[in-house]
Amino acid sequence: MNYLFEIERTEIMKVQQYYNASSLEEAYQMLLLSNKNMIIAGGAWLKLSVKSVDTLLGLEHLGLDEIVENKAQIEIGSMVPLRQIETNPALIELASGILPFAIHNVMGVPIRNVATLGGTVMGKYGFSDILTALLVMNARLVFYHLGEVSLEEHLNSSRKDKDILLKIIIPKSKMSGFFKKVAITALDFAIINVALSYSSDKIMISVGARPALASLAKEAMAYFNSQSNITDDVIETCANIVINELSFGSNSRSSAEYRKNLAKVYISRGLKEVTSYEN
Amino acid sequence: MKINLVINNIKKEFNVDPSEYLLDTLRNNHYLSVKRGCDSTSCGVCTVLLDGKPVPSCSILSVRATGHEITTVEGIQKEAEKLSGYFGLEGADQCGYCNPSMALAVYALKNELENPTDDQIREYLVGNLCRCTGYVSQHKAIKKYLGDKA
Repeated sequence: MNYLFEIERTEIMKVQQYYNASSLEEAYQMLLLSNKNMIIAGGAWLKLSVKSVDTLLGLEHLGLDEIVENKAQIEIGSMVPLRQIETNPALIELASGILPFAIHNVMGVPIRNVATLGGTVMGKYGFSDILTALLVMNARLVFYHLGEVSLEEHLNSSRKDKDILLKIIIPKSKMSGFFKKVAITALDFAIINVALSYSSDKIMISVGARPALASLAKEAMAYFNSQSNITDDVIETCANIVINELSFGSNSRSSAEYRKNLAKVYISRGLKEVTSYEN
Repeated sequence: MKINLVINNIKKEFNVDPSEYLLDTLRNNHYLSVKRGCDSTSCGVCTVLLDGKPVPSCSILSVRATGHEITTVEGIQKEAEKLSGYFGLEGADQCGYCNPSMALAVYALKNELENPTDDQIREYLVGNLCRCTGYVSQHKAIKKYLGDKA
């Protein structure tokens, strides 16, 4: 008898029915039927976050598990497992490989064979390393009903409409990138994560796990992009603007103050690295 | 719901609850080498191979595994014996609880990465925890196993 496991299992979700949709329209219509119908992506966090489901909708047979590359962009199906993204040669080349690198920090290979990019995007997890990296890559999302929106708009939206995420589009801009995750242990969630990209003299900066959801530091980006020369002062001022414009909180992993200090250091390092700045 | 799995190259049919996870289906049907640990995707002791790739069976609904090939450590018996020989030589196990999942993960690593570096070995296995050994002796044993082309 294992009493602890018995207690845990009483709290685990109950699914009435599992249904593999044969078309997107069928999946969408079933999704609208009940508030207790939901789509399952990778399902890695399902039992930790959901208690009761009428119909769990599978999208396995709808062709959403491919990475398609063309001249202008890379399209990642919402059901593509993280491991497939981590090992994709085109994504390893893009923006100094920050997306595969951010994924590489997510727990172990087994879970990355299960978890999908679509699940990460729709989960809007505050601890996510991946969303932080995607934000500075100008990622766009394609939904079945809504159409195309930016990842930033999706993350900032409180929209509750039911929809199906089809793919994540990343433009193939020539850019350098920087990503840093700081965690207490290798498998733990981040205390802070920072991503930067630099393309055509334009910088993008995002900070996640504050512990709030990843966000672009727009004031700092505007400041940096308006400067004609990069200097130590510009870099320091930019990092200071980031920690003042974004909110940082405290939780069991870290204080807000420590998060700010870490963010400032890694934003400065990132700015130097992506711009190849040398004093 | 009825599901069809191919477990260690043998076709099987089970009746499962839609909420049931692959770990429970396997253990309920006497595949007891698949261990329960954290039950929340963190420790890796429930690892099995799904179509040759290591996955945490505690996080895959059984209904989603239907039609797929599942491999437990019994399905790679010769390779597991070879690896466990090196584990013995290096003193790389104590309680043995993580050994089946570790063997499956190492087997998957061997198939996925050609001549992996030390860092690649460590990174590939970071999700398979062992609370006894401290990993150094395991790492030595795994390197010897990977270098054994016989």
